[in-house]
Parts: sequence; C-alpha cells; structure tokens
Amino acid sequence: MDNKHNNDKTYFFDNPRNVSLLLRVFYVLCGILFAADFIVHRHTVHPWESFPGFYALYGFVACVLLVIIAKEIRKVLMRKEDYYDVDE
Amino acid sequence: MWMSNLPPFLPFFVAALLVLVTRGYLRSIILIATPLLGGLHLWFDVQPFVPMVATDTLVTAKELSSTANILGYTLEFMRVDKLSLLFGYLFHIAALMAIIFALHVRDTTQQVASLLYAGSAIGAVFAGDLITLFLFWEGLALSSVFLIWARGTERATRSGIRYLIFQVISGVLLLAGALIYYDQNGTMAFNYIGLEGAAGWLIFLAFGVKCAFPLLHSWLVDAYPEATTTGSVFLSAFSTKLAVYALARGYPGTELLIYIGATMACFPIFYAVIENDLRRVLTYSMINQLGFMVVGIGIGTALALNGAVAHAFAHVIYKSLLFMSMGAVLFRVGNINGSDLGGLYKSMPWTATFCIIGAASISAFPLFSGFVAKSLIMSAALEDGYNIIWLMLLFAAAGVFHHAGIKIPYFAFFHHDSGIRTQEAPTNMLIAMTIAAALCLFIGMQPQYLYALLPWQLDYWPYDVSHVLAQLQILFFSALAFVWLNKRNMYPPELHSTNLDVDWLYRKLLPATGKSSINLLNSFNTLSLSVVRRTANSVKKVFRANSLSQYHLSESWPTGSMVLWIGIMLGGYLVMNAWF
Repeated sequence: MDNKHNNDKTYFFDNPRNVSLLLRVFYVLCGILFAADFIVHRHTVHPWESFPGFYALYGFVACVLLVIIAKEIRKVLMRKEDYYDVDE
Repeated sequence: MWMSNLPPFLPFFVAALLVLVTRGYLRSIILIATPLLGGLHLWFDVQPFVPMVATDTLVTAKELSSTANILGYTLEFMRVDKLSLLFGYLFHIAALMAIIFALHVRDTTQQVASLLYAGSAIGAVFAGDLITLFLFWEGLALSSVFLIWARGTERATRSGIRYLIFQVISGVLLLAGALIYYDQNGTMAFNYIGLEGAAGWLIFLAFGVKCAFPLLHSWLVDAYPEATTTGSVFLSAFSTKLAVYALARGYPGTELLIYIGATMACFPIFYAVIENDLRRVLTYSMINQLGFMVVGIGIGTALALNGAVAHAFAHVIYKSLLFMSMGAVLFRVGNINGSDLGGLYKSMPWTATFCIIGAASISAFPLFSGFVAKSLIMSAALEDGYNIIWLMLLFAAAGVFHHAGIKIPYFAFFHHDSGIRTQEAPTNMLIAMTIAAALCLFIGMQPQYLYALLPWQLDYWPYDVSHVLAQLQILFFSALAFVWLNKRNMYPPELHSTNLDVDWLYRKLLPATGKSSINLLNSFNTLSLSVVRRTANSVKKVFRANSLSQYHLSESWPTGSMVLWIGIMLGGYLVMNAWF
C-alpha cells in the first residue's frame, strides 16, 4: 500500500501509472466476478437472486442512485459550516 | 467451578475512585488492569445458569445472588445468561481497547468519566430488574457527557447539553414505564416486555432514544463528533449497543422494529455521502449499522436474534477501530474534515492500514468481521420472506461500503495530496488499533468462536460459494460505481458545510419560533396598550367637554357630586330590583 521510497518523497500513488495499473486489476476482477454468475451454480432463496448479474447490477445501480439522490438532497439541506453558531 | 457473585460493574467504579488518588504509571496500570482482569474474571468465573431457549420467550437464567437492598427494594445486579454474558465480554473488550487508545491522555475528569461510563454500561447489561437498569441508564448519561464537555469548545459544551437532555429524557421515560409496568404486572423483573399498554410503549421509546431511532437520532450525530478524540471511541462502543441489548431482551420479535430498523439502515447513508466531518460520517454509518441489528431483533427468529447480537459484537470492535483511526488523524492533524485531508497514507501508513481493515469489516468483506455477522441478518430476512426489507438492507449494505468503506479511508488517507505531513499515531493508539484490527480479522476468519457465544441455537456457516460470491459482487460493483462517478466528476466534492437534520427543529425552528412568538406578544402588548390609552384619552376628552365634568370624581370632592353619584347608584339598584 505504502511503498515508501524514504527520502525522495515519491509515494506509491504519486505515480499515475501505479494508479491506472491498480484500476486495471480492479476492472478485471469486476469482470471475473460478473462472469462467475454464468458459471457458478448458486444456491438461491429468492428468485431474483438467480437472475445472472443481479448482485452486481444491484450494487452498481444502488450506489449511483445513492450519490445522485444525495447530491439533490444537498441542494435542500446544505448550509454554511457555522450555520448553527450564528443567530440570524 | 467456583461461581463468582462479584457484580462486574464494581471493579470499574472502584477503579474510578482509585484513579482519583493516583497518578503516573500507577494510574495507567489501574486503568488497563480494570477491564483486563474484569474481563478474565467474567470469562473464567461466571457461567450462565440456564441456556437460552425458544426465541421470543426469553427464559431468564436463574440469577446469581448478588443483590442490594435500597429502601426496601431489592436491586438485582447479576442476571447471568448467555445474552448478558456476550455483551459483558464485549463491553470489557471495548473498554480495554478504548482505555489503551486513551492512555496518553492526562485528564482526570476524562479518565474517571470513562471508567464510570464503561462500568455503568456493564452494570446495565447484568441488571435483572428495571430499576437497576434505570440507575445504570442514568449513570451512562451523566458520565458520558463529560467525554463531550472535555473537548472544551463552545460547540462541544452546547452539544453536550443537548446530548444530556436527550439521555435524561430517555431515562425519565424508562422510569415512568417501569413504574407503570410494576403497577400492572407486580414485578420489576426485566424480561420480555412487548408493546402492550403504556408501560410497553414508554420503555420502548426510552430504548428507542438510546438506540437512535429515526427522528430520535439527532443527539448521536450532533454530539459524538464533538467529543474528544478519545472520548468518541468510548461513546461509540457503549450507549447505543446497550440499547440494542435492551431491545433484544425486551422486544424480540416486535414487528414494528423491522420497519424502524430498515429506515435506520437506509436514510443515514444519504447524509453520510454529503457529510464533510469524517467522524460525523461515522456516526451516520453507526445508525445504519444499528438499523441492521434492529431489523434482526424485529424478525425475532433464533437466526435473526443471533445475527443482531453477533452484529453488535462485531460492530463495536470495527466501529471503535474506525473511530480510533479518525481520532488518531484528528490528534495529529487537528482537523477531521474530508475537504482538508488527503494523502495522509504517506505520514500515517499504519493508521491508514488499520482504517482500511475497519472499513473492510464494516463493509462486510468476506474474511472480515462484518461479513460473518451481517450475513445472519440478511439470511434471516430472506428466509422469513421480508423481500422488500431484504432489498432495503442490500441497498444499505452497498451504501455503507460506499461511504464508510471507501469514502472514509479515501478522503482521509488518499485522494489528492493535501500537503499535510505529520507523524504516525502515538504507540498506545497503534497498540489499541492493532488489537481491534486483529479481532476484526479473527472474528471474520474464525467465526465459530463468536458463534459459540451466541445466546440462541445456531446452525449456520457464512462461507459458501453462493454467499461469498454474492457479497463480493455487490461490493466490487459498488466500488466500480464509486470509480465511475469519480472519473465522470459526478461524485459530490467534500465541502465545508452543515447539513440540516432533525436537530434543526430544536436548534433553529424552536428558538426562532420562541423568539418570534415573544416578539408577537410584545407587539400585541404595545398595540393593546395604545388602543386602551387612546380610548381612555378620547373618553376623557368627551367627558371634559361635558358640563358635568366639573363634578369629576376625585378632582375635588364636592358634596354635590357625591350626592349625585349616590343618587345614580340607588336609582340603578331600584331598577335592578324591579327587573329581577
């Protein structure tokens, strides 16, 4: 995680190539996990579970929705940092 | 085997006294020895009498004889069954970790308060009757508030007062409920209560305030992030989990809890995504995690209840770890806003590693503690046919990974380099985090030891291909969403801000309403006064214009005017007489 090259102060994530390498590994893992749904036989309790890619899609869509809704909520709920410290 | 009837809270209270009169190394030794020896004593010398049977008829174990008589009332200090023992172990572990984390602190108030706080939590867990529970319940409130006030800032002081008000209200509700309960049932024994009658609801509400039910949760997100760096580690462990214990004891299988819990699991994650104070993010994710436990208690089957308490066990440890890592950052950097941090992995690599372990645990990565506990609740929800609830929990599980699993470590330790260069956390903090991280991994990899401690019969193993695969898919694709949103610049930036929550009602609306109603009353007052004055003046003017005004009363007292008025009164009397 932290390949420290002690004195010259360049760290692992300072190098963009390391970051993109890490991301590429991550994408490949995602692909493998998605493909696994078509290979591995899964014990299911609920019929939706046996839909290939259900968990993967649910996780992705849930998080995108979460962030988009949270951004909208921000428009309504966000105030200045000292909102409660000052009397109007 | 030798059975001890030493109430486990007692060493903590005695130690709190000893801490007052000692200093230096001796004080540190007392601080560490208390939870360590207390925990070992509990492990080796105290056994549950009767195994827990059935699910929603909690049969109480036969109590050990440790009671005290106060004003003719018997307080039951030692109700030992597998449920209370599990939380007893947990609170000893949590106290030990937090005490080691706080060992560098030279503040008698905080040290005494934290011992009393941990002791009260342990006392409450072993309380066999509602009055004993109430006493420790108040003990928690009164001791813990000092961990907030010790921060010394104006914000912390005000926040602490609001915190205390909520805690005291919770205590009052509990006492009121207990008295009505006694009136109706003729007993104070703390067993299954259920939502019947006023007593049931009052006690439910008391537990609900402490458990941060939706709309009653604002004290938690308000106060915990204002506490000291070490105080919030203590706070994160005890109060809310005691409430989970109390709900598991008093309200297992209460269907309402399923819906309350699902709401708790879902709504805070939206806040967590946009919150800037990373310790406040942790409090929102705490409510989210409590939601899972509350759902488990609501479902009420053996699997679900085991899931709830197992999750509480795992949660206390990884949540402490996360609060410790954020506390260490706050301690070194003096700031815990996501907007100002970044790149800290360079100066605090160990803290960053521990934070990632905590984050992986809360996200329920396979091999980490959250996975083996949360799986029980998810499986229980599915098996009992709560499909919508299951989908909500799945959403919450993805969400918690998103904000606690990724956001916390990412914005604190990675992200862009903030330029902050500091030191690694102090040794005592690193030791405490090592213990917590080791426990997270141990529970995650060897869940059979935790499962053996669970109160109800359990036949479950989380590591099968379907389950692990499903969990990995949901987590990896949540992470993929994070990467994608970041690459497209759609991820909301960390901003200096305050987000309105329920506390707005009493921090802004109520004072504003109070102020404006006082203003309204004031203006009404001036208005009515001026109306009265103006009327009086005009009447006076009319009267003066009249020739009779020379007989104006009390200007002088001419006999003539007296005679006139007496005449009028007698005349009036005559008329009234004639009338009636």
